[in-house]
Amino acid sequence: MSTAAATETKPAPPAIEKIKVKVDGREIEVPKLSPDHTGKLVPTTMIQATEAAKTDVPHYCYHPKLPVAGNCRMCLVEFGTPALGPDRKPVMNPDGTPKIAKSPRPAIGCATPISPGMEIYTKTPSVKQMREGVLESLLINHPLDCPICDQAGECKLQEYSVDYGQSASRFVEAKVHKPKAVDLGPRIMLDAERCILCTRCIRFTKDVAGDDALGIVNRGSYNTIATFPGLRFDNNYTLNTVDICPVGALTSKDFRFQMRVWFLKETKSVCTSCATGCNVLISSREEKIYRYTPRENDGVNGPWMCDAGRLNYKWIQREDRLKDVLVRGEKSSWTVALSEIADKLKQAPAGSVAIVASARQTNEELWLLSKLKAKLGAISDSVPRVGKGDNLLVDEDKNPNTNGARLTGMSFTEMGINLSKIAAGIARGEIKMLIVFGEDLLMNSVSGAKLREKELTSEVVSEHGITAELLGKLDTLIVSDILPNATAKYAHYVLPGCAHAEKRGSFTNRDGRVQKFMQAIQPKGDARAEWDFLHDLVYNVTGKNGFLTIEGLFNEMAKDVPAFNGLTWAGLGDNGVTVKI
Amino acid sequence: MPQEFKLILKHLDNPGYTPDIECYLRHGGYDALKKALAIQPKDLPDGKKASPQEQIRDDVKLSGLRGRGGAGFSCGLKWSFVDRRSGKPIYLICNADESEPGTFKDRQIIHKDPHQLIEGMIISCFANDVKLAYIYIRGEMPLGAKLLNKALAEARAKNLLGKNILGSGYDLDIHVHRGAGAYICGEETGLIESLEGKRPYPRIKPPYFPAVLGLYMCPTIVNNVETLCNVKHIVTMGGAEFAKLGTPNNTGTRIVSLSGQVKRPGYYEIEVGKATIGQLINDPVFGGGLRDGHKLKAVIPGGSSAKVFKAGEKFKLKRKVDGKDVEQEVDMLDLPYDFDSLIAAGSMSGSSAIIVMDDSVDIVEALANISEFYAHESCGQCTPCREGSLWMSKTLHRLTHGEGRKSDADYLVKIADNIPGGRTICAFGEACSWPVQSFVAKFKDEFVAKGAADEERRANEKIQPKTATPVERKELATAH
Ligand SMILES: Cc1cc2nc3c(=O)[nH]c(=O)nc-3n(C[C@H](O)[C@H](O)[C@H](O)COP(=O)(O)O)c2cc1C
Ligand code: SF4
Ligand code: SF4
Ligand code: SF4
Ligand code: FES
Repeated sequence: MSTAAATETKPAPPAIEKIKVKVDGREIEVPKLSPDHTGKLVPTTMIQATEAAKTDVPHYCYHPKLPVAGNCRMCLVEFGTPALGPDRKPVMNPDGTPKIAKSPRPAIGCATPISPGMEIYTKTPSVKQMREGVLESLLINHPLDCPICDQAGECKLQEYSVDYGQSASRFVEAKVHKPKAVDLGPRIMLDAERCILCTRCIRFTKDVAGDDALGIVNRGSYNTIATFPGLRFDNNYTLNTVDICPVGALTSKDFRFQMRVWFLKETKSVCTSCATGCNVLISSREEKIYRYTPRENDGVNGPWMCDAGRLNYKWIQREDRLKDVLVRGEKSSWTVALSEIADKLKQAPAGSVAIVASARQTNEELWLLSKLKAKLGAISDSVPRVGKGDNLLVDEDKNPNTNGARLTGMSFTEMGINLSKIAAGIARGEIKMLIVFGEDLLMNSVSGAKLREKELTSEVVSEHGITAELLGKLDTLIVSDILPNATAKYAHYVLPGCAHAEKRGSFTNRDGRVQKFMQAIQPKGDARAEWDFLHDLVYNVTGKNGFLTIEGLFNEMAKDVPAFNGLTWAGLGDNGVTVKI
Repeated sequence: MPQEFKLILKHLDNPGYTPDIECYLRHGGYDALKKALAIQPKDLPDGKKASPQEQIRDDVKLSGLRGRGGAGFSCGLKWSFVDRRSGKPIYLICNADESEPGTFKDRQIIHKDPHQLIEGMIISCFANDVKLAYIYIRGEMPLGAKLLNKALAEARAKNLLGKNILGSGYDLDIHVHRGAGAYICGEETGLIESLEGKRPYPRIKPPYFPAVLGLYMCPTIVNNVETLCNVKHIVTMGGAEFAKLGTPNNTGTRIVSLSGQVKRPGYYEIEVGKATIGQLINDPVFGGGLRDGHKLKAVIPGGSSAKVFKAGEKFKLKRKVDGKDVEQEVDMLDLPYDFDSLIAAGSMSGSSAIIVMDDSVDIVEALANISEFYAHESCGQCTPCREGSLWMSKTLHRLTHGEGRKSDADYLVKIADNIPGGRTICAFGEACSWPVQSFVAKFKDEFVAKGAADEERRANEKIQPKTATPVERKELATAH
C-alpha cells in the first residue's frame, strides 16, 4: 500500500502543531488540531487523544463523522492540568515535573479539548464507577430482548455491559414501555424501547443526509424517536442510521429477522450501483448474501452508502441466473465453447469483429478484452448508463467502471460513441462477429437527452441502434452475462458470468480510484468469473499467458496500461489508490 | 433587628402604584437610563479612554452583583467573558422562566413593575452593545407576557426603545418570547435552544458557552429578571455604593420567596446576609413563625433543588471575628441568608426560595413530591439524569404507596449518587439528585421506618416479604 500510495494526487496537509498530553500516565504527542465531522480542523478532543494512545474510552453518542452531542455520558473521564501559581506560572513538584491540578469534576472525552500538559485518566475507580452508573441507567428500562434482537452480537450495549457493567440489576420498579415495531419509513423499523436516545440517527439525517426527518418527542425517560406526524423517514440514506445505531432500535426491514450476525462472513467489496464505488462489506452465509454495509473509506464514501446501492444485491440470488454454457441454444461445456470461439476468432478477418464491453466489468476483464481487440483489430465500446445523482455520494453515472473501460481503451471519452458505428457495420455486412459482455443491447433505451430524467439506479441506457434485426444478421454472436436477457436469445454462444460478489477484481471509480474487491460467495452452476475464462480465450487466440491468478493478472495489466503503471494488487490495499484519469 | 430593605420592591406594592409607564416615570423611572446614556468617555491614567459602556461594565463589576437566577455567578465577570471581537451581534436574554418550585419573586416585578425590568435591560444592553434582546417568559405566566408587551410598547412610544433611543444614537429592541411549559427552559442554554425554536436540550459546554456561542451561535448574555433590575440601581447609586449593601462578596439585596408552614408566607427583600434563616422564618416582619403548636422540621433554603437543612443541624463555619479567621459552630437557623454561608453549610441560596416544613410534614412524601417534579421535567438528554430522575421518583412513589422496603433508603442514595458532579450536561443533574441525597442522609430513619412498616404489613398479609411490587404510575405513564 505504501509504495502505490505515491500516486495519490492530494497534496500533503500543512504540518499541525503537536502538543504533549498523558493518557493514564503515558505521554503521547498529539496534533493540537484534529478534523471534526466535516473535516474542519478544530481543537483535538480527549477522545481523539485517547484513541491516539490506543486506549479504549467507551462511547455511544460520539461518532467521528457526526456533530458532537455529548449526551450519553459514557465517555466521562477524569483529568488534570498543570497547576498554575498566583503568578500564572506552572507550579513544580520537588522532582522538577509540573504539578498537576486534578479537576474535581469529570469531563466528557468526546467534547473536551486537550491542552498542553493535560493528564487524562481513563481507568480510575471513579471513572469505572461512572461508566457502571451510565450502563445501569441505560439498562434499567431496556427490554433486554437480545434473543430476538437483530443487533445481538454487534450491540454496543451488550459489549460495554460485558466490558464495563455490573452483573446484577438493582432495579425493582416497573420498566417504561414505549412503542415497538414502529414503521418509521419504507426501509426502517424502530423499537423505541431499545433506543438509548444517543441521537446519532437524528444528527445523521439532519447534518449528513440533509433531511431533518427525525426528532424526539415526550420528555425525560419517556423520550421517543419519531418522525414529524404524518411524515415518513424516507431518503436515499436512511439505512445508514441502522449502521450507526449502537443498539437494535433501528433495524433494516430488509435484514431484520433474516440471520444472526455472528453467522455472517464479511467480505470486503465495492458497490457496483454507480461510479462512486462506495466501499462495502458483503455479509454472507453459505453462499447466500444477507446484506451490504458500508466499509469506511474517507477517500470515497466515509462510513456511509446510499440505500439504493445497499439493497441492490437481490438479483445475484435470482433463480433464473444463467448457469449453463450454451452453444447454439444447447447446453454445452466451457471447453467446447471456448475452443470453438477461439477457432472462429483466429480465422476472423481484420475489421469483422466488434466488441461491446460493459463498464460494469472489472479493470482486468476489460484489459483482457482489449488484448483480444488489439489482436483482432476490432471496433469496441461500452454502453453508457445514466440516472439521477446527488451531492452526497450517488453519481449520475450508473456504471461502476466507466473509467476502467476508458483507461483500458475499450471505450472513449464519450462512452457509446462507437455503438452506432457498430450497428452500421453490421448493417453493411462488414461486421460479422459480435462479442457482447454484460449488456442487453435490446433493452429499452432512451435518447440521450432523456437519460437524466430517470430515477436513481434505474437501468437506463442511451439509444445506440443495434436492433434485434441487426443481431439476426450476425454470423456469430457471443454473449456473456449473468442474468437471462433478450440479446442472449440471439446468441450462438452464451457464457454465464459472475456477479462481483462471486469473483475478485478491481474497478476504477469516478475519481480514478482503483479499488479491489474480494469474493464473497461461489458462482452458481457452471458460471465462471469472466477474467478467468477470458484469460483462457486470450491465451487461445493470442498465445499470451502468465496471469492465472487475479494478482498476476492485475500486475500484468498495471505494467501494460499507462494509467495503472506502478500499481500492484497488493498495493491497492483495502482502500484503493487514485490514478490520473 | 433585621429589616426588609426595599430596593427593587421599593414601590411596587404601594397603594396606587400601577405597572404603566406614567406611574413609573412619576417615580423617577428611566432616570437611570438617561444617566447611563449621558456618561462621557473617560480618560484613564494610562492615556487610554474608557467608553461609557466600559464604565458601566466596570461599575457592575465593582458592585459585586451576583446572579439572582440560581448559580450566584458574578454578573460583571459574566459580562467580561462576552466575545466582543467576533464581529457577530451580541444578544441579551432576560431569563423570566422562573420555574424552580418555591420561587415567586420575578413575577412580582413583571406583574407590578415591568418598567423596572425594562430599564435594567436597556442599560445592560447599552453597556454590552446589544441591539436586540429577548425576554423569555415562562409559558404559565400569560398575564406577565401581556404586561411586558404593553410596557415595551409604551417604552417604544416614548423612544426609550427602538431607533436612536432618546437621541443617543443607540438602537435597541426587546421582544417577549413565551415558553411552552418546561422547567428546563430556565437553564440558559436550554432556553437559547428553545428561543431558536428547537427542543430545549441544554448545550454542552465546552464548546457552547453563551458568552461566545450563544443564541444563533452569537455571543449572548443570559441574566435573571432580578439581576437585570439591579443593574438599574447600580447605575443610579454607583457600583461602590451598591457594594455597601449586604455583606462582603454578597452585595446588594435579595428578594426571598418564603413558603411553607409559616404564618406569613410571601416575598421579602433583604440586604444579602443581613438576616438569618431563623429570622426570615420567625421574625414578625418576615415569616412570623410557625403555625402555633408546631415545631420546625426542615428547611429547603434555595428552591426545591437545594439540599435540605434539618432543624437543629449545626455547621462549622469559618468566620472573621475582629479580623481573625475563627471557626464557629452555627445552628442552621443562625446561618446568614447569603450566597457563601449557605454554600459553606453544604447547600445553596439558589433562587432564594425558602421552603419551611414543620413537624406535620411526612418527609418521605415531601421528597416524593419533589422527585416527581424533577422526573417530569428532565429533558431526557443525558443518560444518568433521564433514567435516574424517573427511577428515584418511581422508588419514592412505591415507598409512599405501601410497597416500600427497608433497603429503599440506601437504594435511593445509590441511584442519586450516579447523577450529579459533572456527570450530566446541565445542573439539572444536581437539581434532581441533591434533594434525594440530602433528604435521605438527614432523615434516614423516617425512610427506613416507612419501608420497614411496609415490609411488616406485607408479611402479615402473607404477601412475599421483602419483595416489593412495582407500582405503576399512571400519572406519569402517559407522555406529555
Ligand atoms: C435546571 C435549571 C433551571 C433553571 N431555571 C432558571 C429560571 O427559571 N430562572 C432563572 O433566572 N435562572 C434559571 N436557571 C439558571 C440559569 O441557567 C442561568 O444561570 C441564569 O439565568 C443566569 O442568570 P443570573 O446570572 O442573572 O443569575 C436554571 C438553571 C438550571 C440548571
Ligand atoms: S434509534 Fe438508535 S441511533 Fe437513534 S437515538 Fe436511538 S439508539 Fe441512538
Ligand atoms: S452512492 Fe453509489 S456506490 Fe455508494 S452505495 Fe449508493 S449506489 Fe453504491
Ligand atoms: S442534566 Fe438532565 S435536564 Fe440537564 S441536559 Fe441532562 S438530561 Fe437534560
Ligand atoms: S460519547 Fe461522549 S457523551 Fe456520549
